[in-house]
Amino acid sequence: MTATLDGAAQSTEISLAQAVNRALRDAMTADEKVVVFGEDVGVLGGVFRVTDGLTRDFGEQRCFDTPLAEAGIMGTAIGMAMYGFRPVVEMQFDAFSYPAFEQIASHLAKMRNRTRGALPLPVVVRVPYGGGIGGVEHHSDSSEGYFVATPGLHVVTPATVSDAYTLLRAAIESDDPVIFMEPKRLYWSKDRLDTVGPAIGQAAVRRQGTDATLIAYGPTVQTALEAAEAGAAEGYDLEVVDLRSIVPFDDATVTASVRKTGRAVVIHEAAGFGGTGAEIAARVSERCFHWLEAPVRRVTGFDIPYPPPKLERHHLPSVDRILDAVASLQWEDR
Amino acid sequence: MTVLATPDKTGSGFPLGFDAILDPSPLQYLDEHGALSGALRDDAPELDPKELLATWRAMVIGRRFDVQATTMVRQGRLAVYPSSYGQEACEIGAILALRPTDWFFPTYRDCVSMVTRGIDTVETLTLLRGDWHCGYDPQRWRTAPQCTPLATQAPHAAGLALAAKLAGDDTVALAFCGDGGTSEGDFHEALNFAAVYQAPVIFFVQNNQYAISVPLAKQTRAAALAHKAVGYGMAGVRVDGNDVIAVRRAVAEAAERARRGEGPTLIEAVTYRMQAHTNADDASRYREESEVDYWKVRDPLARLETYLKAAGLLTDDVVAEANQVAEELANDMRARLGEEPEVDHRDMFAHVYAEPTPQLLEQAAALQAEIDAAQLDAAQLDAAELDAEGEAAR
Ligand SMILES: Cc1ncc(C[n+]2csc(CCOP(=O)(O)OP(=O)(O)O)c2C)c(N)n1
Repeated sequence: MTATLDGAAQSTEISLAQAVNRALRDAMTADEKVVVFGEDVGVLGGVFRVTDGLTRDFGEQRCFDTPLAEAGIMGTAIGMAMYGFRPVVEMQFDAFSYPAFEQIASHLAKMRNRTRGALPLPVVVRVPYGGGIGGVEHHSDSSEGYFVATPGLHVVTPATVSDAYTLLRAAIESDDPVIFMEPKRLYWSKDRLDTVGPAIGQAAVRRQGTDATLIAYGPTVQTALEAAEAGAAEGYDLEVVDLRSIVPFDDATVTASVRKTGRAVVIHEAAGFGGTGAEIAARVSERCFHWLEAPVRRVTGFDIPYPPPKLERHHLPSVDRILDAVASLQWEDR
Repeated sequence: MTVLATPDKTGSGFPLGFDAILDPSPLQYLDEHGALSGALRDDAPELDPKELLATWRAMVIGRRFDVQATTMVRQGRLAVYPSSYGQEACEIGAILALRPTDWFFPTYRDCVSMVTRGIDTVETLTLLRGDWHCGYDPQRWRTAPQCTPLATQAPHAAGLALAAKLAGDDTVALAFCGDGGTSEGDFHEALNFAAVYQAPVIFFVQNNQYAISVPLAKQTRAAALAHKAVGYGMAGVRVDGNDVIAVRRAVAEAAERARRGEGPTLIEAVTYRMQAHTNADDASRYREESEVDYWKVRDPLARLETYLKAAGLLTDDVVAEANQVAEELANDMRARLGEEPEVDHRDMFAHVYAEPTPQLLEQAAALQAEIDAAQLDAAQLDAAELDAEGEAAR
């Protein structure tokens, strides 16, 4: 991937939402088959302004508003991809992707497989997800588990400004469908942008440590880092792994980290029961059993529909809860 | 002409033809006795004898295919076969009206259309035999994999048509759908998208009166399914779905409209499902034999044949040739579908992603080891048996 930013832009900080916008722009400039569509993505620039200015700068044929119909958006994207386009569609909010789920599960995920590779679908589905922004009902779901449980999809989720850019560029360049989960509470977080990044399927060690591994992705990476800082004060030297890509899963990085530390806590916002964390905990147990000093713990949202804004602080994984989990990891010497 | 609603060329964008919409009688060229019908008699000189004979020939072959496939499911050579016997006017008329470069989106019931497109019979039946999900190359045939979830192919057709339009091509997409499928949300979203974008797509509803056991009356309160076009602001046409001339013309006109940039058309073809839904269905539980009898005399193939014979177009030679080709196709199906299919377990992992994930590579390797071990066991068992036999012989 070529870096497309000039030096000046690289030295200034931009938000994660702007990084996504930049990735869309650069992809649209690089390949005229890239089209962006969804609800309100045109003139308004999306409800989170992620697609700001794309219609103005690329025209209505490249970035356009659709009728209010998620199955229609998804199904139309599939048809366009069958004809050689590379659609990047937006589901306005996590829970509003559910009407499109039939199209995603039955067609998007399976077309390559059922046609033995003759019809790849290079579609990117951008899903703003997760809570912590005071949204009302249906605006804060962590829906990644549904996609993760659907073979044929890649599922990625950035936690940093640079990853938002590089992962989205990689997603658009991928010949497979990618569910691009955007942690909406990080939309406004700012950082300097590095436009060169790793491929889909590679986790990052965000913080080195020797006592336990915190495994997080998307919105919980920041919480995990804060917990690691707070844990240092309590005498724990915590490593933080940011998955970035849930499918494919980077077993190598996770396994190496847990074998080094001997302890692991998995953190995500979605409900724990049947959630992505269960899969991760199982994989870690299978691969690191003889290195583990304690069972793998999970810190997740409760097994409830996402609560109203006034209660969400109780639901979301917190620094305290993470540290409690760390403390429970059978430390004989403490 | 019974085009119910066509886009207004005056600029308001509102479809014309509301008077016609209230008339639910279908467009027809040949009545059920095979005679040129009513007001359309004047149109007769336009009928091209060559085209009529080619259509008839395709119907003879298509029906033979359907009958043979039904036989093979009875013999256990196919897992399931949803027959389109009696729907050949739709299956064949629609396909023959398209160019080979146009895209086609079939459902599970539309094997006859696919064979008419030129797709190999065994490749057509790969899905229903259970060997793989799609047996043909969709790009080569411009035919999407047959769709099982109802109406979900309709938005794909709309999207593909939109893409063709954006690319500046004159490609048209045609999606088949059943009467039951018109109740699904995806059907409505597809029509709406197509109309809003003026996408060059044809939604072709084969109203064969039943969705498994549920009759049309329980599917909709609309007087005709073609009426649904009005609400979306697109052309709507209702044709006699057992009149192949009417079907072929309606589709050809819709395709021309689409190529002219006048957007999508909804075609409702009124026909009948002569067989049960599939072999697993007991149609006697929900319909009277007398109803089937009513439709028997409206048979699309017999109807065209009667007309062609009366017009002196169907010579013995032509009939003999078509029957011979149909028999050869059936024999070939019998032979090739009778063979044990070869399936490769590695295919399960090969096409999930462009590059298999590390997880898939591990699983594929584990399965391979399992299979190798089983083969080794079997070989050792064979060897042991041979030894034992040798021992006994000595
Ligand atoms: C979304 C969905 N729901 C249910 C089914 C099960 N099903 C298969 S065929 C069928 C009836 C379809 O009837 P219709 O659309 O009229 O088509 P026909 O079979 O008559 O050609 C049903 C309910 C399905 N395939 N997809």
